[in-house]
Amino acid sequence: MASFKPVKVQTIPKLGERVTEDTLYWKNYKAPVQIKEFAAVTKIEFSPLPPHNYVVTASTRIQVYGPHSLEPVRTFTRFHDAAYGGSFRGDGKLLVAGSEEGLIRLFDTGGRVALRQFTGHSKAVHVTSFLSDGYRVLSGSDDLSSRVWDVASGTELNSYTEHTDYIRAAAASKLNPDLYVTGSYDHTVKLFDVRVGGSVMTMQHGHPVESVLLYPSEALLVSTGGRYVKVWDLLKGGQQLVSLKNHHKTVTCACLSTTDNKLLTGSLDRHVKVYNSSYKVVHNFDYATSILSLAVAPDDKVIAVGMTNGVLSVRHRKHTEEKQEVLGKRRRNPAYRVFIKGKNYVPKQDDFLVSKTVKQHLQKHDRQLKCFQVSKALDTALEIWRRFHKPEVTVAVMTELNRRGTLKNALAGRDEQSLTTLLNFLIKYVLTLLNVALMIRLGDSPVIERLLQRLMELLGREAELQQELLQVLGILDTLFASLTPRKEVTGPAVPPIMQGSQLQAA
Amino acid sequence: MVEESGIRVVRCGGNKISFRAPIISKDSRYEFLLCASGDLVKVFSTSTEECVHVLEGHTGQVTGVILNPTNHLQVYSCSADGTIRLWDFIDGILIKFFLAVSKSVFVSPENFQLVALHLPKVPEQEVEAREMSAVLCNISSNPGSTAMGRGGEYVASVMGRQLTVYFFKKLKTYRFSLKATDKKGAKNAFTCVACHPKDDCIATGHEDGKIRLWRNFNQKKEYTYSTQHWHHDAVGTLCFTTEGMHLLSGGVESVLVQWHCEEVNKKDFLPRLGGAISHICVSPDGQMYSTSHLDNKINIIHCSLKLSAVIQGLVKGNIWTDLMIDPRTRALVMNGRPGHLQFYSLQQDKQLYSLDIVQQEYINQEGLDQFEVMRAAFSVGGTWLATVEERGRCTSDLESSLKLWVYNEKAQSFELNTTITAAHQDRIMHMCFSPSTETTMLVTTAWDNQFKVWLLGLDSDTQKEHASWSCDYVGSYHGLQPTNCCFSSDGSLLAVSFKEVVTIWSSDTWELLTTLCQPPGPIRELCFGRLSCSKYLLGTTAKNLFCWNLLTCSLEWSTPMDVCLLRSDPLSENVVAFSLHSGNTDLFVFRPSEPRPLFTQKAVCGGKVQRCVFSPREEPLDSCDERFQWLNRSRLYFLTELMELLTFSTKAEDERILNSRKQLLVDDSVAVTPFYLLLGKHRQQQEEKQNSGVSQAADRVQPPQASVAIKELLHTPAHVLPAASFLCSMFVNSLLISNTGSRNLQEEKPFSFPLCSGTNGQICWLGM
Repeated sequence: MASFKPVKVQTIPKLGERVTEDTLYWKNYKAPVQIKEFAAVTKIEFSPLPPHNYVVTASTRIQVYGPHSLEPVRTFTRFHDAAYGGSFRGDGKLLVAGSEEGLIRLFDTGGRVALRQFTGHSKAVHVTSFLSDGYRVLSGSDDLSSRVWDVASGTELNSYTEHTDYIRAAAASKLNPDLYVTGSYDHTVKLFDVRVGGSVMTMQHGHPVESVLLYPSEALLVSTGGRYVKVWDLLKGGQQLVSLKNHHKTVTCACLSTTDNKLLTGSLDRHVKVYNSSYKVVHNFDYATSILSLAVAPDDKVIAVGMTNGVLSVRHRKHTEEKQEVLGKRRRNPAYRVFIKGKNYVPKQDDFLVSKTVKQHLQKHDRQLKCFQVSKALDTALEIWRRFHKPEVTVAVMTELNRRGTLKNALAGRDEQSLTTLLNFLIKYVLTLLNVALMIRLGDSPVIERLLQRLMELLGREAELQQELLQVLGILDTLFASLTPRKEVTGPAVPPIMQGSQLQAA
Repeated sequence: MVEESGIRVVRCGGNKISFRAPIISKDSRYEFLLCASGDLVKVFSTSTEECVHVLEGHTGQVTGVILNPTNHLQVYSCSADGTIRLWDFIDGILIKFFLAVSKSVFVSPENFQLVALHLPKVPEQEVEAREMSAVLCNISSNPGSTAMGRGGEYVASVMGRQLTVYFFKKLKTYRFSLKATDKKGAKNAFTCVACHPKDDCIATGHEDGKIRLWRNFNQKKEYTYSTQHWHHDAVGTLCFTTEGMHLLSGGVESVLVQWHCEEVNKKDFLPRLGGAISHICVSPDGQMYSTSHLDNKINIIHCSLKLSAVIQGLVKGNIWTDLMIDPRTRALVMNGRPGHLQFYSLQQDKQLYSLDIVQQEYINQEGLDQFEVMRAAFSVGGTWLATVEERGRCTSDLESSLKLWVYNEKAQSFELNTTITAAHQDRIMHMCFSPSTETTMLVTTAWDNQFKVWLLGLDSDTQKEHASWSCDYVGSYHGLQPTNCCFSSDGSLLAVSFKEVVTIWSSDTWELLTTLCQPPGPIRELCFGRLSCSKYLLGTTAKNLFCWNLLTCSLEWSTPMDVCLLRSDPLSENVVAFSLHSGNTDLFVFRPSEPRPLFTQKAVCGGKVQRCVFSPREEPLDSCDERFQWLNRSRLYFLTELMELLTFSTKAEDERILNSRKQLLVDDSVAVTPFYLLLGKHRQQQEEKQNSGVSQAADRVQPPQASVAIKELLHTPAHVLPAASFLCSMFVNSLLISNTGSRNLQEEKPFSFPLCSGTNGQICWLGM
């Protein structure tokens, strides 16, 4: 005796994004925490040392947040005008920031007062950073110069005015204390060597450069500007590796994740995109407004994003232990205990086993179809939840009824309300899911009539559309046929019948 | 059957076992089921589902089997050859042989009379039965519409809308008629009848699904009947249980319904048994039921309505797929039950398993348009199976899907890999796998003037563990309809025939290499040569057989011949062609390299040969006669118009089969009982003693596992034990401690002679 075969629900392969390991990894963040700043958040940077505090530059303030606190741990308010480019030293103890006035201030993360103040720039300083030896500070300014300052003495060591427009991006090499990269609005990225006393490499980005980023190996350089993200190979003399155009507005910031060095870019188009090692977008974060700054904590625990409306959005990574805890809690439910009752009993050697037939679990509509209750099965399939959440089940039941030749019986004797439901369902899904010719016999009712009219219109439109598509296909066919090089084919020409070779068998 | 020297056409298996109602009988240990199967009577064991004996002897279709009422180990069988035979089915021996003047026991086929035949009691084996008296005239040819009631007091028969009851003692006939239709317009015609074994009650089944229970039918006027209705279609068969407690009925719905005779409204059901139920029978002790189904299947059901065994023969319904050989199991694969493919072992004449292709609930209702498997193809190694199922062949809206199945080594069965709905816009006509080992490729041709190439693609992006199939190329040629496709033996070339034109495509680049054309008439069949003849392409039209040489792209030879079927042997160069000639089919075996046939046989069978297949032999024959050498490596099976599966058999093979059958006789084992442990072992030792003749001292050892024997002895009730005097010496022996050397010797062969010792042990016990 064969068991009842339930109705096969045809699943339509889903178009669009595929679920990959990357998506799962980047989806595993909690809902973002919003912190309101006074003005647009222009720069975020994480401290390289635990507990990985992060410094946020917004308006005239520079604030340091702890990894979990929503209130700032420390606030520096010594700027008269907007502060820019707050940046930690390698040991996380010192902090440097430029400002609209052209001053650069150096702070101790423990104190409040500026330890040093470097003066020399004539215009706003948008980027500041420590060189990797920790004793020097580099700065890029709107006065077209990039300068290197000595922390101990507070004096200017070098000044290079090679760019021809505002310098808005800079990155210091972590491996060599004498190297740094600057990006400017003059569409170029320049690599400076303090020992040489000038730039050693110039790369043409083609758009005003908004940010530059060095890979930890320092063989690759990322520059963003305009809608483009470009990756350069420094070991090959600044050759362009790839040029990515995944954003549709200016790309303002870029950073690297700690695991696998995935590249993240944020843009004015309100998206943060994650690229895999072959520079394909694997994930996308959406934000409310344009993004100005972006940083990822070591271990990818936190993603902090600063936006133009002054909102700092912080996403924390979900803990794997939390998930297990939830599972453990569920296991302690009495329902589960009832469910597994007796299931884990191992029979002893001498036990006489009485096998119990396993009852086949069937869906409600399957149970009704098994009993040939076709009208009830259709009702079940048209229940609100199923209709909205699993329309394919409803369609499968209708198809099955059609196959059984009992669709008419199932539709017979229905009142206006249930017919309205059915017809509304048909109108909604007739073009996407249904491929069955459904025969419907109906009574007179103005509502039903109107719905039927709509259904007919819909089908007529679809038929027209199909016809148009066929026409387009025909046009394309002729185009393709004219494009492909004509090959000499012997074609339908009949090869001459070899009279001589005709032999008579048997 | 045409006799030729050394080679003959034989029918091979696949007889209908559900043609007539089977019977169930029991000997001391086992239960047997006997059923008529072609001109044989087959004896199955109900516990193992194996065929235990084949009772051979009839020369015509066996039309009925019945137990000998005086001896339940003997069976009468009647056949369309006009004989009745009495068999001992335990040993498979023919006991008696009655020559009836008329044709059969129950029913004679000419005028359908029920006759009583007196079987004379004479000692000779061959007896002519002459005494015969007509009981009822004008009865239905279906044995289910005639039944004997209450130990043979009366016989009831139904025909049309009339029930006839004849009492043997009173020699009186009563006839009861029903009106053509009742008020609701139901059809009242009788379909079957059954008589209560203890009570005066007749149950009749009707075409509208009603069952009527007749009582008081020994009066002309005052008869009564009650009506029960469950079946939605005609009642196929009815049967009372041995004690008359229940009435069993079945029909097209394939549901066994058990009606309680006492409580009229109580019914039990056993649904989804298979095809339509054609016969139901009950074992004499009432413990087992069996249902025969139209799809050549017998279910054995315990009386608590639990299915206990299934005997499945070759299903020969509508066959749309080709005959195929599964490369793994060497089973014949073709359409089986609706929506299934059956894997049929030709060697064992037994269905191995049935693969559910459609995976939908089959509705047992006539006139319903259901999915059917239309095409199937195996890849070379048997890893992949492609199937096409279709619905709506009669109406305009065709639903079809192409399914690809992969063989799962772990589960030892095929698993669905990819389903492609509406692979083509119209019906798929033909498909074949590429024989090349590097790529797994499938080509389908359809009526929508296209052929499509499907490729197994590994999706590297998503790192899925299983690959799925996708369309790789769509080809067409001048809007003509493709009919056939065929890969060359190395898989580098694909030949697709479009009406009269054969196109040759390169399977790497999918460019059209050349076209071959030989008008008039469309190409029917295409076939590449194998091995050394792989450069030849064979094609047939309605009038001619062509052979093209693909190196020169020219016609090598052609011959006027109406070839209806062309098939190449995968293991040799041979190609077989069947040709219809004046009502009979002729067979030609040839090599593509030369137009002279290796072997011809006129009139292989009547009518057109539907399908044929070469099945590789397990061990090649070494036939010296060069005319039959084409049969050495593989065997040819073909299916005739009458759905008979035929094959060629050589003399040497016939002899081998005969020999193997003799060896197959009685090989039953005996249950290990305490008696067996004690007595059987004892016997065995004695035999060994006699055979080897070793000295007394070395041989006097206790039975192996002495403690076990003692335990058995102590646990067995005293009243079933042999006499104490008999057991005493053995018991004492078992307590003795033997030297280890001899013990080892014993342990090497525990229970090595279960067969002879068992039977001997029993005889010995009885003899005391």
